Amino acid sequence: MKDKTQQYWKANLKIVFSLLVIWFIASFGFGIIFSDTLDQIRLGGFKLGFWFAQQGSIYIFVIIIFLYVWLMKRLDKKLSEEEK
Amino acid sequence: MTTQLLTYVFVGATFALYIGIALWSRARSTNDFYVAGKDVHPVANGMATAADWMSAASFLSMAGLIAFLGKDGSVYLMGWTGGYVLLALLLAPYLRKFGKFTVPDFIGERYYSKTARKLAVVCLIFISFTYIAGQMRGVGIVFSRFLEVDINTGVIVGMAIVFFYAVLGGMKGITYTQVAQYCVLIFAYLVPAIFISILMTGEVIPQIGFGSTLVDSQVYLLDKLDQVTKDLGFIAYTENVKSNIDIFCITAALMFGTAGLPHVIVRFFTVPSVGAARQSAGYALIFIALLYTTAPAVSAFARVNLIDSIQDQPYSTSPSWFKNWEEIGLIAWMDKNEDGKIQYSSGDALENVKPSYQELRGSNGQRLLENKPNLSNENEIYIDRDIIVLANPEIAQLPGWVIALVAAGGLAAALSTAAGLLLVISSSVSHDLLKKTYMPQITEKQELKYARIAAAVAIGIAGIFGIYPPAFVVQVVAFAFGLAAATFFPALFLGIFYKRLNKEGAITGMLGGLLFTASYIIYFKFINPDINNSDFWFLGISPEGIGCIGMILNFVLALSISIFTKPPPKEVFDIVDEIRQP
Repeated sequence: MKDKTQQYWKANLKIVFSLLVIWFIASFGFGIIFSDTLDQIRLGGFKLGFWFAQQGSIYIFVIIIFLYVWLMKRLDKKLSEEEK
Repeated sequence: MTTQLLTYVFVGATFALYIGIALWSRARSTNDFYVAGKDVHPVANGMATAADWMSAASFLSMAGLIAFLGKDGSVYLMGWTGGYVLLALLLAPYLRKFGKFTVPDFIGERYYSKTARKLAVVCLIFISFTYIAGQMRGVGIVFSRFLEVDINTGVIVGMAIVFFYAVLGGMKGITYTQVAQYCVLIFAYLVPAIFISILMTGEVIPQIGFGSTLVDSQVYLLDKLDQVTKDLGFIAYTENVKSNIDIFCITAALMFGTAGLPHVIVRFFTVPSVGAARQSAGYALIFIALLYTTAPAVSAFARVNLIDSIQDQPYSTSPSWFKNWEEIGLIAWMDKNEDGKIQYSSGDALENVKPSYQELRGSNGQRLLENKPNLSNENEIYIDRDIIVLANPEIAQLPGWVIALVAAGGLAAALSTAAGLLLVISSSVSHDLLKKTYMPQITEKQELKYARIAAAVAIGIAGIFGIYPPAFVVQVVAFAFGLAAATFFPALFLGIFYKRLNKEGAITGMLGGLLFTASYIIYFKFINPDINNSDFWFLGISPEGIGCIGMILNFVLALSISIFTKPPPKEVFDIVDEIRQP
């Protein structure tokens, strides 16, 4: 029982950590640090770095949360099946 | 019907709706009053969270701010949405599992200390009142411009409405009125944005129109904007003015501050389960993103339109919105070169920036100013950034009902946020200070009565802020986020993810973060505003971004003090184990 909950917690931390890496790259990475470099590339009327800073990062945030909801649902299910 | 009559009809109808909902959803227990009985559907809670979160600042001021800041304005867009990722992944599910009523509740129990609880209440009250002051200014602006009533009357009417549903319904009443307010405010935001996008680019979706070519031309909207802003002496619209480290810190302070704001966190206490709390954060961000991805499009459209419609126009034939806002005192024109035409360029037009008007009129009919002209540039106009969203439909010459809709939307945004803030203030007073600290013998019925009294008193104080707005309202906004990031976020995060953190560590961390952040902001904003520039800032970080450093300081203090003092008792380890389970 103790092992199960510890495994669950470790798996949880792994999910959270990987998603936060994406979160960091999408906002602080593409939107700020590498924004000027990405501006060399164009997406229609947008410079890419500008697009990430004002649009793209927000879409990615939404996707991250729903990925998290889905991954955690799967993990919770696994835990409750193992406990049976 | 005239625009003013339409505005009365729209505002009146929405107010009637809010009152109707309040009557239908009265609170009967403290569980209802604090957390809406914990049975709110995740989608409904997502909408309520979005309305709670999107304040007068998001609705009225943000697009205007970005219109003038250009790419630097991205800090608000990323900062105020990215915080939800932190909230969803690091805090909301666990705090929901903990299952109590308030944020100080968690801090008090996790750190087994009444001092920690009281410190949390103090931070919460300070953050929340700072925030409310801004909402009241929003209510005042909408009332005075569109309903042509005195600002004070406007504030009193707004307060009466909030009083009605917050005191009667508590969290339950607030939740369902916020759902209605979200619908009103998002509709009011999107309709003019879509209209303007079609007019300017032919695209229905503003997020796409923003990156398209202008109607009847091969030039991209943003390229034209870059060109025009450069011609007028500004930095190109899509380029940064601020340094990267400052942008980084401001964005971080806003994100971590968002995740630590008590009135947002308690919204996740109202759903039935941990899974629902996670989902609900996702829905909330979708609903928020709808406005937040539209806002930068609105900003770009507004900047182009603004320049096109006034640049080199004679004042006598300038559009009516220009003169209307001048009457309210949010636009001013000083004819520096005496050619009778309006010239707009970079720099502050006036000395002391804000206009102070004389009774007299100039030869063109403009309001004359007490200010001396700022002769270091050729800019002749002062425009308050808060008016862009409200003036945008008029600038684009949209029909009267759209303007009325925007007024109702602005009020919905301000009132929904004010109500959410008042609730966390009243519940932290009645629950944390009275029931859990000073008067533990009171019954649930008495606690509910005290909660209502606290809500009423808080509304009164908020009303006073609205009628006598502190001159520093705008400056203190940085406070709310900086302090939330430097106090609550580390205490909550470590409370869940680091069992060994004890009360000594948590209290020192919160105090250190609070004192450092508050003194840095007070020093640069109030004591020595003359040297508030990057030459004097610590590592080039502005007061807006200093909460990020305050947060790091909190982490360092909390962790190092904890190691050298005795570990928390066994019960606390059990609490943490418990909240880590779904």
